[in-house]
Amino acid sequence: MNLTKADPKGVLTGHHFMDGDHAACEGALAAGCRFVAGYPITPSTEVVERFAQRIPLIGGVFIQMEDEIASSIAILGAAWAGRKVMTVTSGPGLSLMMEHVGLAAITETPCVFVDVQRGGPSTGLPTLPAQADMMQARWGSHGDYEPIALSPNSPQECFDLMIKAFNLAELYRVPVFFMMDEVVGHMTERVVIPEASAIEIVERRWTRKPPGEYRPYAAGDDLVPEMVKAGDGYRIHITGLTHDERGYPAMNAAAQKRMMERLVGKIRNNREKLIDVRGAHLDDAEVVVVSFGITSRVSGPAIEEARKQGFKVGHLRLVITWPFPVSVIQQLASRVKAFVVPELNMGQMVLEVERAAAGKARVISVPHAGGTVHEPQEILDRILEFAR
Amino acid sequence: MAKAEIRIGGLGGQGVILCGLIIGKAASIYDGKHATLIQAFGPEARGSACSAQVIVSDEPIGYPYVKQPDVLVLMSPDAATQFTPQLKPGGLVLYESELIPKLPVLPAGARAFGIPATRLAEEMGRRLVLNIVMVGFFAGVSGLLGYESVEKAVLDSVPKGTQDLNLRALRRGYDFGRELLAQKKQETP
Repeated sequence: MNLTKADPKGVLTGHHFMDGDHAACEGALAAGCRFVAGYPITPSTEVVERFAQRIPLIGGVFIQMEDEIASSIAILGAAWAGRKVMTVTSGPGLSLMMEHVGLAAITETPCVFVDVQRGGPSTGLPTLPAQADMMQARWGSHGDYEPIALSPNSPQECFDLMIKAFNLAELYRVPVFFMMDEVVGHMTERVVIPEASAIEIVERRWTRKPPGEYRPYAAGDDLVPEMVKAGDGYRIHITGLTHDERGYPAMNAAAQKRMMERLVGKIRNNREKLIDVRGAHLDDAEVVVVSFGITSRVSGPAIEEARKQGFKVGHLRLVITWPFPVSVIQQLASRVKAFVVPELNMGQMVLEVERAAAGKARVISVPHAGGTVHEPQEILDRILEFAR
Repeated sequence: MAKAEIRIGGLGGQGVILCGLIIGKAASIYDGKHATLIQAFGPEARGSACSAQVIVSDEPIGYPYVKQPDVLVLMSPDAATQFTPQLKPGGLVLYESELIPKLPVLPAGARAFGIPATRLAEEMGRRLVLNIVMVGFFAGVSGLLGYESVEKAVLDSVPKGTQDLNLRALRRGYDFGRELLAQKKQETP
């Protein structure tokens, strides 16, 4: 891993009272993102608005593209030109970008897709929250691939986790989804931005091999190949077709098998390393609330109230939602009675909890259609039903 | 107070959101507390209903919405009609007394303090600073924020060149609030 410190030019060190959208932008700048292409859409607009204001002073590019399809392909081009890149949207835009999520996956282009989730499907609720794109982030593009997704629950985490999102994109060369929601995006809180010297950045894995020896898709044991950038004198071929180690189309079953095993293997082999969950009261828990994003904050008061009433209730918060932390749920399932899963959708991540719990513990969905957040009481009622 | 929930209501263009931003910033950046601001507004740039929800707390804040405010800051009759019924019994209402000639019935034990913030702002030459007058009034009457913290929050939230005017507006609202508070105390010993 090629670690370095953040470039001070992009780091707005200090204490700020800032909303999640702006904090996400500052996180990207601190992470070294120097190219954003986007098509503004509520509730994500403030991210690109701030990027467009800040980037001329730092040195980099923002392009407001003609639509989301153009935005998502522009960032892939810029990544192969050597930049760290991001695009920013909400559900309707993410739907349009799906073709290029797949292209990013097969070409192994490091990039970050920010989705500030609002009510859907289609145009849905432009200004109001949901967490209903979680499965789209996992499965939205066709074919097999393993994306990474993170779910911040505060403006501070929009900053902190955005740096992590960029680092993971470089480390594994996959599209990384930053799954915010309208509440987290528009909520204003204290955001502490540290000194640049305190921020660790994963640099792109540039090859040291000379032209002629370098093969763009040859990888070592960790299955992640080295990169070059356009203009460095390498003649390379990057394609959305199934390809061999040289990057040339190789449309046969053997090449497909080799490529696919590597594409999914580089994430699946690192599943345990990619677990990022936050637990509370898990040691004695009989009922565990599993939540993510804004719902993890709304669940907090419900869990505290249940414990006040004498029930052994714990909290498992998913910070990295994809890959799903199967082993964590498996371990808990063998000793808890039930999982309660509130989310701002009609039941998405609960399916993963069910899959991992595999019948060893009950799994209770607490769906919400979106437009606002759960009342803590709704979550408390479901907890008490199964804690008693 | 360990936790105070504040709802600020008015019309787009009155500076409702900035009012909430300054209160939240003063509390979280300069008073060392936790604060969360949530804003709601219509699609129009000016004149539509607009409100901010601020929670100030000694503890980290989970649920970010204000359901039953401890303090209401009201700058339009519609906001008064909409939000007064939500006020906690024993809560505090701070209102623009010339824009809202009559308050709805208050919950039991609630106290109300009015200020002609728009007129005071106009007397200082800029009607625009009425929201800063309201922030000062809020600080003076509620006692929830240190005055120096609010001053700092105003200074780094308003455009350069308007800082003196805004500080005077803040002081005007604050003093008005302190005097009103002293008067009320004399009336009800």
